[in-house]
Amino acid sequence: MAKVLMKGNEAIGEAAIRAGCLNYFAYPITPQSEVAEYLVRRMPEVGGVFLQGESEVAVGYMIFGAAGAGERVFTTSSSPGISLMSEAISYIAAAQCPAVFVNIMRGGPGLGGILPSQADYLQATKGIGHGDCRLLVMAPASVQEAVEMVMNAFPLAEKYRNPVMILGDGLIGQMMEPVAFPDHLKSEPTNKDAWATNGMDHRKSKSRNLVKSLFLDPVQLNDNNLQLKAKYERMRAETVMSESYNTDGDYTGLIVSYGTMSRVCRTAIDMLKAEGIEVGMLRPQTLFPFPEKALADAVSKPSCTHVLSIEMSMGQMVEDVDRFVRGLLPVSWYGKCGGDIPTPEEVIDVVKERFA
Amino acid sequence: MGKTFKKPEALSDAHTHYCPGCTHGVIHRLVAETIDELGIRGRTVGIAPVGCAVLAYNYLNCDFQEAAHGRAPAMATGIKRVRPDLMVFTYQGDGDLASIGMGEIIHAANRGEKFTTIFVNNAIYGMTGGQMAPTTMPGQRTSTSPLGRNVEEVGMPIKVAELLAALQTPAYITRQTVIKPKYINKAKKAIKQAFTYQLENRCFSLVEVVSTCPTNWGMTPVEAVDWTEKTLLAYYQPGDYKIPA
Amino acid sequence: MQSEIMFAGFGGQGILLIGKILAHAAMEEGFEVAWVPSYGPEMRGGTAYCTVVISDRPIGSPIIKNPLHLVAMNGPSLKKFAPTVKKGGIIFINRSLIDFGADRNDVDEFPVSVVEIAKDLGSVKAANIVALSAFVARSDIVPMETLKHCIKAEFSEKAKLIPLNMEAIAAGEKAARK
Repeated sequence: MAKVLMKGNEAIGEAAIRAGCLNYFAYPITPQSEVAEYLVRRMPEVGGVFLQGESEVAVGYMIFGAAGAGERVFTTSSSPGISLMSEAISYIAAAQCPAVFVNIMRGGPGLGGILPSQADYLQATKGIGHGDCRLLVMAPASVQEAVEMVMNAFPLAEKYRNPVMILGDGLIGQMMEPVAFPDHLKSEPTNKDAWATNGMDHRKSKSRNLVKSLFLDPVQLNDNNLQLKAKYERMRAETVMSESYNTDGDYTGLIVSYGTMSRVCRTAIDMLKAEGIEVGMLRPQTLFPFPEKALADAVSKPSCTHVLSIEMSMGQMVEDVDRFVRGLLPVSWYGKCGGDIPTPEEVIDVVKERFA
Repeated sequence: MGKTFKKPEALSDAHTHYCPGCTHGVIHRLVAETIDELGIRGRTVGIAPVGCAVLAYNYLNCDFQEAAHGRAPAMATGIKRVRPDLMVFTYQGDGDLASIGMGEIIHAANRGEKFTTIFVNNAIYGMTGGQMAPTTMPGQRTSTSPLGRNVEEVGMPIKVAELLAALQTPAYITRQTVIKPKYINKAKKAIKQAFTYQLENRCFSLVEVVSTCPTNWGMTPVEAVDWTEKTLLAYYQPGDYKIPA
Repeated sequence: MQSEIMFAGFGGQGILLIGKILAHAAMEEGFEVAWVPSYGPEMRGGTAYCTVVISDRPIGSPIIKNPLHLVAMNGPSLKKFAPTVKKGGIIFINRSLIDFGADRNDVDEFPVSVVEIAKDLGSVKAANIVALSAFVARSDIVPMETLKHCIKAEFSEKAKLIPLNMEAIAAGEKAARK
């Protein structure tokens, strides 16, 4: 398959089209506006829909409306924009509609900055909207992986009838790398006649569908939340993904890191190896569900004395790492945010100081 | 002898939860009759608001989505853009449309989205128990303006039809009421016209319907009709505010 | 084996573009590549820079604090980044705009008056391609033929600019070889 050199943001837009999603609504925000600038030209070529909404709040509901009508749809934004969309995400999860949200994270809180960050981990995995809702969250570490995750996101969103989020830091959007769009990841949208408001005439049953999230009867509300919970349990069983690095032999400590940060750690691990220091790494590819079993396996290695969560944030994923290490080993955090990305040399210093 | 009266197919058998003297029931019926007459029930999607009409889908028998407060026009935009063949309408109250959802309705209207909005203006928040709305009249007492709306503090009530008619994008914007039979026929005609413009893919359309809320106004249904006619209609004057060229 | 090349200058000098062309050429040669731009507030009218990472194995950190080579297209860039370049690397200096040196004795300092060369070819806009070509010829980081192919691909929608850019390539190469 021929590779092309593409900016992450453009590749993400193209990946959605290649996956079979021809509907995009968005509001501009740095560092991901190139997705919209790419798709405004590309969507008409494939007969798709492009609309720039008046705000992220409105875009969230454009996504809800289109998803509720049974069409594949996605949007892209960055941290402050995702905060505004989080209301709609809660509604979409409650109404059990599939949709894909891409968050190319920038520094926060507040207006923060526009440089790469991973400070929306907790928002994406635990606090995306009010109520008992969760997203399936995938975190790419390269432009190629972003492409594959976007292409996979649509069938997964439909499988679980739940929003899926691609959580990339600003570099994933801004960087250019060679990419290929795997044909086998193209998928047909599932038949949504059982629940979507795509018009009664359209359906064999000729009975109407409601897309809603209001359950005034506490028993019904509880039932709906139990359905959501069951789906999240299924995600935990079926959809968790992670990658290990340098974990075949013994290692004195384990780094847990994702996205661009994990690549910096990989370089640090190679440099440490050259000095004779062995450090392993677990890279979560899904952040929710978190690869808790892979983590438990990795820390069970007798040589491992310490677990270090390295993030472009002030320590968010470390809460999950700590939770799943269950007190078996010391867990610590290292990170920076706001675009000042830790270098391999800094990672090496921290490793040496903490456990090597 | 044939039937002289029958319930529209687009209206369900459910008893509504609306208060005595409330006009939502009449407006629902006009929408249902329109859907029947145009033969579009099988490809119509309604959007319910947050407000008294949140359960509109229990009474109107077609596909429905339920929006968050004020966001119905954004949802309608989403549906209509990806499925232009569907007939889409939002049914919104004055708190929903003119307060929290003002941004969404202005931008949808300005983009010329080809859906229809039924805007029920009864000058108060109904479902939450009678708080002040952007459309509450000067001096009108509500639970959050117990001394009457003070326009020095919160400004004058917003005339939505006039405001949207000021946009340059072609649209059908009209204000009607249903408090008496003589108004109902006109309102029906306007609603049907609005849906017809959508059917013809002509323009955005909004029918503002000046309505009653005797419960939260603290009036009997008859007093409410009287107050609507004398006070509300004097400020919110019925008529067509914009017609597409 | 990994090389990192930082391209730096004013916004509008075509810095990001020449970085992209080099990344493309390296990709065509079968290398792993990453092109990492600066996209901070400086992209709004101030300095622009990007880093191209070229490697024969998957690229770890795309964040490079110490590049192997630097292509400095203006004075502030040279001042800021010359001290970060690895020992033994090339520091290319746009002599047309920079009248001082890198102040290093452990690198290959390589000044070329790219603006004058481009002006002689008919357009100062080609100065960035002259610089790219001179740097590639000096470093042998990718074959010149591949570079030409990638420039043609980059300008495929503005084909009338291709002859000028081919001349710029030849002129840059000549400057590097003399």
